[in-house]
Amino acid sequence: MNTPKITHNRRSFLKASLLTGGGMMLSVSWLSSAKAADKLQALNVPEQWAQLNGYIHITAGNGIKLICPNPEFGQNVMTSLPMMVAEELDVDWKNVVVEMGPHDNAKLGPQFTGGSNSVRMYWKPLREAGAAARQMLCEAAAQAWGVPVAEVTTKAGVLQHASGKSATYGEMASKAATLPVPKGMKLKDPKDFTIIRKPKKNVEGQKIVTGKPLFGLDYRVDGMLIAMIQHPPAFGMKLKSFDASQTIKMPGIKDVFTLKLYEDGFEQAGFDTRTFNDLLVVVGKTTWEVMNARKKLKVEWEPAGDTKDTMMGRNGKREVTVPGGLETTTAQLEKMAEWAKKPAQQLRKDGDPETAFKNAAQIIERTYNAPFLAHNTMEPMNFFAHVTPEKALVAGPLQAPGWAEPALSKRLGLPADKIEIQMTRMGGGFGRRAYCHYMTEAALISQKVKAPVKLIYSREDDMTYGIYRPMYTATYRAALDANKNLIGFHVKGGGIPEHAIHANRFPAGAVDNYLAEGWEIPSNITIGAFRAPRSNFNAAAEQSFLDEVAEAMGKDPIEFRLELLKRAKENPVGKNNEYDADRYAGVLNLVRDKSGWNKPGNEKYHRGVAAYFCHNSYAAHVVDMVTKEGSPYVERVFSAMDCGIVVNPESATNMVQGAVVDGIGNAFYGALTHKNGAAEQSNFNNYRLIRHNEAPKKIEVHFVENDLDPTGLGEPPFPPVFGAVANALYKTTGKRQYNQPFKPQLDKRI
Amino acid sequence: MLWVLRDHLDMPGTKYGCGIAQCGACTVHLNGTAVRSCQLPISAVGKEAITTIEGLSATGDHPVQKAWLEHDVAQCGYCQSGQMMSAASLLKTNPKPTDEDIDLAMSGNICRCGTYLRIKEAIKSAAKEGTSSSTRK
Repeated sequence: MNTPKITHNRRSFLKASLLTGGGMMLSVSWLSSAKAADKLQALNVPEQWAQLNGYIHITAGNGIKLICPNPEFGQNVMTSLPMMVAEELDVDWKNVVVEMGPHDNAKLGPQFTGGSNSVRMYWKPLREAGAAARQMLCEAAAQAWGVPVAEVTTKAGVLQHASGKSATYGEMASKAATLPVPKGMKLKDPKDFTIIRKPKKNVEGQKIVTGKPLFGLDYRVDGMLIAMIQHPPAFGMKLKSFDASQTIKMPGIKDVFTLKLYEDGFEQAGFDTRTFNDLLVVVGKTTWEVMNARKKLKVEWEPAGDTKDTMMGRNGKREVTVPGGLETTTAQLEKMAEWAKKPAQQLRKDGDPETAFKNAAQIIERTYNAPFLAHNTMEPMNFFAHVTPEKALVAGPLQAPGWAEPALSKRLGLPADKIEIQMTRMGGGFGRRAYCHYMTEAALISQKVKAPVKLIYSREDDMTYGIYRPMYTATYRAALDANKNLIGFHVKGGGIPEHAIHANRFPAGAVDNYLAEGWEIPSNITIGAFRAPRSNFNAAAEQSFLDEVAEAMGKDPIEFRLELLKRAKENPVGKNNEYDADRYAGVLNLVRDKSGWNKPGNEKYHRGVAAYFCHNSYAAHVVDMVTKEGSPYVERVFSAMDCGIVVNPESATNMVQGAVVDGIGNAFYGALTHKNGAAEQSNFNNYRLIRHNEAPKKIEVHFVENDLDPTGLGEPPFPPVFGAVANALYKTTGKRQYNQPFKPQLDKRI
Repeated sequence: MLWVLRDHLDMPGTKYGCGIAQCGACTVHLNGTAVRSCQLPISAVGKEAITTIEGLSATGDHPVQKAWLEHDVAQCGYCQSGQMMSAASLLKTNPKPTDEDIDLAMSGNICRCGTYLRIKEAIKSAAKEGTSSSTRK
């Protein structure tokens, strides 16, 4: 925690700009100042903020401003993280305003949104920050009143003493901010929570429903230019030559040029993934002009051949060869089927799986495939940059400023302290914006044209030059003895360019003889994290397979899983099992109970169940399917989650419902395919996303109640949706589904 | 129309999502009826009234806006101005829509976060409250 200090905020600026009706003046620095404007006006606070720590600012008029450290992409951290501060600070939530913080890892912690980690990683630090600030306010009051600090109490932003003395936090804030920061604060018992666990509305709701500029694409300053990049038409291609003579004549066009995103030999960190390195850039005055002028470019492309990337990882520097060639989905599928037969890397082995399979009375073997997926955030990639020889201001949607800054700093030749990164609200993320090459692209363009620039990806750019969910396959085998007992389990997974296998997850630990293997085929198609990386495929394949095994064993699918989990709990096989068998069983029991599984009254539905553990949380769904207008339709879903303490039940429920809808959509329709390196889908006319009429009528969300420290919700509910949908489809159509997306497979059947 | 609103008039509430009338993020009202501004040439507007999310109500209290807050609909929020403009247009012509009416009217608006159930509930709430017809030129 940092030394407290008094800071001066920009309310005078805010007031002036509000009086002139907002617009341009606000947009100049709206991110740092406009967020709390409305509420602050109402509170009529003076201009001095006492900053008790990076997260808490209080005015003399008792205005409470809480700083959200992590960028917001719809998981509602701007509400849930400040709730954790407010709980320990002991303030009335109604009087709190929330502002997105600046990028300042020293003051505000890791500041990355991803891995379902925001609530989990800030759970303790934010409550401690609140508790320490409260203690400092008590101390200030004790000194002012000449009473022992232990006798000062607080209630909703007011300090009190039995003598009748009382003061608002605001009245003591300036003094409190000069006191030393206490350490080792005792935090509240969960039973005493008054804010956490109470549903709170999105703090940015009003701005969203009135269309205020919140997103990167909304960011603008005076004199800002617009830039777009013309990428190669296919992975495996690169720029050969170009003729911009027609483009440059078009109205509003300022410049057309090429630049290299990374110089040769540039040492890339893990999240410096980019699609293409040689960029052909068109810069002009307005978006429409640049979009149209770009179409007039005459470009020659050529095969890129094999290229080398220099990667910096935990184990130091290594050279990675990115293969040349133009890849095609059908050929990729054939290649995967071929590689699946080859020996692979052993990831985990328990007991003697070879003998178990040799002695088996019955072997069930099934292979599952899934395609590349594009993230399709509703706001395409974009970033604002204004780079001068002395400093850089960049602003836009990104999940992890701290991960993106080193590459930016190196490429601009500016030290980190001369770079300001502002985090706008993201129009979706899903992992895509953890790879913020587009920020560095924008900055290099601004540096070249010596002007503030906003780089915009069109929808087609965004979809066809993405950082995709990889293409996966896995073959599962189960060995049953003559009494239909499961005696062996084998999974061999592969992918382009990575496999998805989590070798230490269920059912590892529950089967005596277990083998997990993996193999990978390199590719020039770029991949990265996509909502619950790897898990989003595993849960589809494994949970479908377990359903089929349960059926072969003549067991109820929930009962079968619970038996395996009982074994994993009482007498676990092997080491390093990642999951807690009790909590896993807990969500299955809860969803069984809430859905009325095997109970009368549900005859109308074909039911599928699946459960999964990932990102430290547990999820189970029962999907209820009917046939609507001749097609399978998920009409109703029951979800059970265990993510420990639910900080904000309102947004948590929303998140799970959204993940279910997203999962159904991707299971039925999600696919990005390639022909000769070129994406075959480029916009929402040929890449299907789930729509209103295809969403369930009802998604009932239930949480396991416990006092465990909270874990994430952005990812965990997503993966098992795929498996539950596949299992319900089997009940509906009588046919198992092994290849995603399911809809084209179903249509083939008809 | 979309880029005139965003770049020239500094009204960024209307969003760019696809540019080909497939996602509905750019939905505005032309004389009170929902249209995709990305497909609307300026020359076609003439003296007709265009309403954007900024003009749906003066103070953010259109029944649709209130219902969106009541149901805490938004996740990332990017598509929601388009969703609300489609919803407001629906309610103007059909003050008591059925589930099927809502599906039909709203299926042109994509939400990648998957907030469809809350959108439907919000539309039903707004329908209960009744619609206003404030349109600003």
